[in-house]
Amino acid sequence: MTQELRINNKKFIDQTNRLSFKFNGEKLYGYKGDTLASALLANNIHLVGRSFKYHRPRGIMTCGSEEPNAIVQIGNDPSLTDPNVRATEIELYEGLEAFSQNCWPNVKFDIGGINNLLSPLLPAGFYYKTFMWPAGFWEKYEFFIRHSAGLGKSPTKPDPDIYDHKYYHCDVLVVGGGISGIMAAKLSAENNNETLLLDDKNILGGTTIYQNNDCFTIDDNHTNYWLEKEIKNIKNIKNLTIKTRTSLAAYHGYNYLLAKENITDHLNPDERKGKIRQRLWKIRAKKVIIATGSIERPLIFNNNDRPGIMLSSAIKKFIDFYGVKTGKEISLFTNNDSAYETAISLKKSGVNIVSIIDIRDESSSKIVKEVEKHNIKIYWNHTIVNTEGYRRISFIEIMQLSDDGSGVIGKKIKLKTDCLGISGGWTPMVHLFTQSGGKLKFRSDDNVFLPDKNKTPSDQISIGSCNGDFDIKDIILNSNKDVKTFLGIENSPFDNIKVESSKEEKKRNIWLLPSDKPIGKTKPFLDFQNDSTAKDVKLALREGFKSIEHVKRYTTTGMGTDQGKLSNMHALGIIAETTGTNMGELGTTTFRPPYTPLTFGAIVGRNVGEFFDHTRKTAMHNWHVQNKAQFENVGQWKRAWYYPKNGESMYDAVQRESKAARESVGILDASTLGKIDIQGTDASEFLNRVYTNAWSKLAIGKCRYGLMLNEDGMVYDDGVTTRLDQNHYIMTTTTGGAANVLSKLEDYLQTEWPELDVYLTTVTDHFSTISICGPNSKKILSKVIPDLDLSDQNFPHMSFKNSIINGIKCRVMRISFTGEHSYEINIQSNYAKHVWELCMDAGKNYNITPYGTETMHLLRAEKGFIITGQDTDGTMTPSDLQMDWIIGKKKFDFIGKRSLYRSDTIRDDRKQLVGLLTDDPKEILEEGAQIVEKLNQKPVEMLGHVTSSYFSPNLNKSIALAVMKSGKKLKGKKFFVPMENKNINVTVTDTVFFDKENKRLNA
Amino acid sequence: MFIINCPYCGERDQTEFSSGGEAHIVRPKQPTELSDDEWAEFLFMRKNIKGIQFERWNHSHGCRKWFNVVRDTSNDKIHAVYKMGEKPPVNK
Ligand SMILES: [Zn+2]
Repeated sequence: MTQELRINNKKFIDQTNRLSFKFNGEKLYGYKGDTLASALLANNIHLVGRSFKYHRPRGIMTCGSEEPNAIVQIGNDPSLTDPNVRATEIELYEGLEAFSQNCWPNVKFDIGGINNLLSPLLPAGFYYKTFMWPAGFWEKYEFFIRHSAGLGKSPTKPDPDIYDHKYYHCDVLVVGGGISGIMAAKLSAENNNETLLLDDKNILGGTTIYQNNDCFTIDDNHTNYWLEKEIKNIKNIKNLTIKTRTSLAAYHGYNYLLAKENITDHLNPDERKGKIRQRLWKIRAKKVIIATGSIERPLIFNNNDRPGIMLSSAIKKFIDFYGVKTGKEISLFTNNDSAYETAISLKKSGVNIVSIIDIRDESSSKIVKEVEKHNIKIYWNHTIVNTEGYRRISFIEIMQLSDDGSGVIGKKIKLKTDCLGISGGWTPMVHLFTQSGGKLKFRSDDNVFLPDKNKTPSDQISIGSCNGDFDIKDIILNSNKDVKTFLGIENSPFDNIKVESSKEEKKRNIWLLPSDKPIGKTKPFLDFQNDSTAKDVKLALREGFKSIEHVKRYTTTGMGTDQGKLSNMHALGIIAETTGTNMGELGTTTFRPPYTPLTFGAIVGRNVGEFFDHTRKTAMHNWHVQNKAQFENVGQWKRAWYYPKNGESMYDAVQRESKAARESVGILDASTLGKIDIQGTDASEFLNRVYTNAWSKLAIGKCRYGLMLNEDGMVYDDGVTTRLDQNHYIMTTTTGGAANVLSKLEDYLQTEWPELDVYLTTVTDHFSTISICGPNSKKILSKVIPDLDLSDQNFPHMSFKNSIINGIKCRVMRISFTGEHSYEINIQSNYAKHVWELCMDAGKNYNITPYGTETMHLLRAEKGFIITGQDTDGTMTPSDLQMDWIIGKKKFDFIGKRSLYRSDTIRDDRKQLVGLLTDDPKEILEEGAQIVEKLNQKPVEMLGHVTSSYFSPNLNKSIALAVMKSGKKLKGKKFFVPMENKNINVTVTDTVFFDKENKRLNA
Repeated sequence: MFIINCPYCGERDQTEFSSGGEAHIVRPKQPTELSDDEWAEFLFMRKNIKGIQFERWNHSHGCRKWFNVVRDTSNDKIHAVYKMGEKPPVNK
């Protein structure tokens, strides 16, 4: 069977290299050079899938990326299986396994096919109209829709393949390696431009490389012979990089383009191992030449979707390039000359042509005359009114067209055929051009949208058939002329070549071809993948949809994975005809990237797993790991969260750590806090402007807590800043806010206050911070730094000392975030782990206990200290936080000051920070839980929510912070926190729960 | 994804920059003297033009300098780039 359909003289197919593959479990053979589609056709398999809505049998229709039907699943390995692959694009390899999609239980017997019988009940918008109501029924419908529709299966396991990204800069990028692209690449590269030529196929040359026809010659040779020579030559040009199997996905502004290179998809799985599968090219080109060609249009007539009905140009490629006969009794149906080229190719290969049906009256071009010489029957002014054959076309019925083309007349003729080539003219591939911002114009002679030269973004041109030149003579002459102008080239080797072609003289177009049956009884398919018909478009128009974008969504025309590459023009044509609009005015739908689908792998490249985001680790990180710390992500930082001992739960570990810190001594790695070094003669004035409190009078060697607002008056960040010297401060910020605070300060310095002499440097990574807290902290520090006088007179709370530990310079601050007597040692990060270990050693006899962020949060909550971002959310003013004491009322100005007395910020019913105690001291509230006053109110009024909540081991009761409407006035009042199964009784309290008199700071 | 000609570093990819919104909105020298409405005008109101817009940009993954850009928001074409404090080289 295979041999009958395969012609053994095609140089693009390596017949010495036979490959076995499986389709739906059946073992078949093809050759190196085949696509899955050509190999299937050589095995006489046309039926490859079912249509989306009606589940009609569908066959291979094209030979390229526009394929709507032959969409298959490749492989069944749970981590490697690849859905939605076009059989026309995937190259055959030994062991390839492919499965039909969208058919259940199998392609030949398909349960969803019952939809075809029900199709009168499934018009456009059916899903919208039916499943909208009643709302609760959706779940039931969904089960059936998902089961019987579905485009392929996703892999269920992680993708083991490697993907890559590459940045590339060039003078000229040529997209498309057809004849015009080859010419452009040669002209560009030979004139000193670094040039990149991309083509999505494995072989350069587009359609001309297999055009072997006496009607088309260059310098008296067949066009394919001439082009082959040119391709051989350009491979030696030094400035030219050629990438095949590389498809352009997106064209953004400023000539930034994305292309996907397939590196191993054509190899068998054994050969792929260890290699990069796909590479995403991120290209910046000074100039871009688009030569993406055109694709053939189908014709829209009754039952035009049966397996065996294919684009005429696809039949030609299968016979001329792959050497595969797509049938034994082939008919052609056309409205233009290009089907005649297919006819000659078929005739040369010995395929019987039943007839050519042409809707035109006549054509006397060279190629038509050539066909007539072969005694092929041509039915002029005829159309196909129906086709027969369920799994493969078997008959066509043709009739003569009426004078105006709106109906049919005369006798019906029935012809036996097993393959039908259709040709409705050509559509330039302008997708990339429009993605780049170019605007289209309409050419009514042959109904095409073309790049408008006056509305083309600078530094690009379109050439060849994507620019509307379909005759090889026009393509060569215009490509040469346009590229010369674009690149400023004077002489070209293509200036004097002699081109002969068959000029097409006659054109006729009918968007929806008539049948002898009324339209309601016909199935003229427009979008083969989404199963929308010309009837659906007409129905949408009757129902009042006018905009092409609305009709598209309502009928789903053009919304499949092929993005309507075949169907869009006919949909537009039918809308224009029905509404009496000019197609040019109607415009096209928007073409969005990617032009062909991209894998997620190619999009993310190497940025997977640990490379997905940066991880920042402190200098003591390995110590934390060795001591079994659990880690918490804070921004990109890994912070020690808690240190479970002997299988402790998080709760138990935190209770133990919290108690130890207050009873003896705890140690915390606080290195992740942001640190900004501030220097300059105006440093004090700068701090006055960025913090709410006053800084000028802060003595050298002293520390102060500061609150930073946004210009809208809301709390933005907080931290302690230390005056190291007259003109030198070090500011600390929250861990998560560090980068933003620095940016904000730089912004003000550069743009609002350039007169200030202030310099900012981030030193977050340069210094590590060890915080030692608890009543025994002083003893530890005196062991680590024996010669430092730690008396309250010499080193009081909120002050700092320069010191030396084992010869290492360090800065020690006596500051506290826990309310305990505590110190922070800031030390150059390279030595930090060493000093940390010294502290641990010094604390041995005092049960020094490392604690993590969770214990830190608990301890500060006992003291009612806020955490910006936890107790604040960008809507809290200092007053809302009951921190009015920190507002420098006498200060002339600071960031956010004016906003603090806007009508909205002075409302006394704003949400304000309060403390909450549960009536049952063992009951711990959930952070985020709502607070209400009346349980039976509907709708219940939400008065606020819990922001921080812990069980305090030092108070032996549960404590919480919350924000509540008019919270300041609510002290002592009782409320409810409703949970799923119970209502928790709470009382509003002061925000400070522990050591209200701050006695412990100096303990 | 456009290319911005940083006045300090030269042409760089847009990903190196961050946008800071409309330019030439001067922070009032004495905010305390403004009415709520006047302060709100400074604080909240932005033009968001379709067409030629004057914007602030920061070379955040480069020299970290702020500067101004004149950009056509309808096609991302950048007409001019100039430093902070300088007068726009095209009519505002
Ligand atoms: Zn810069």
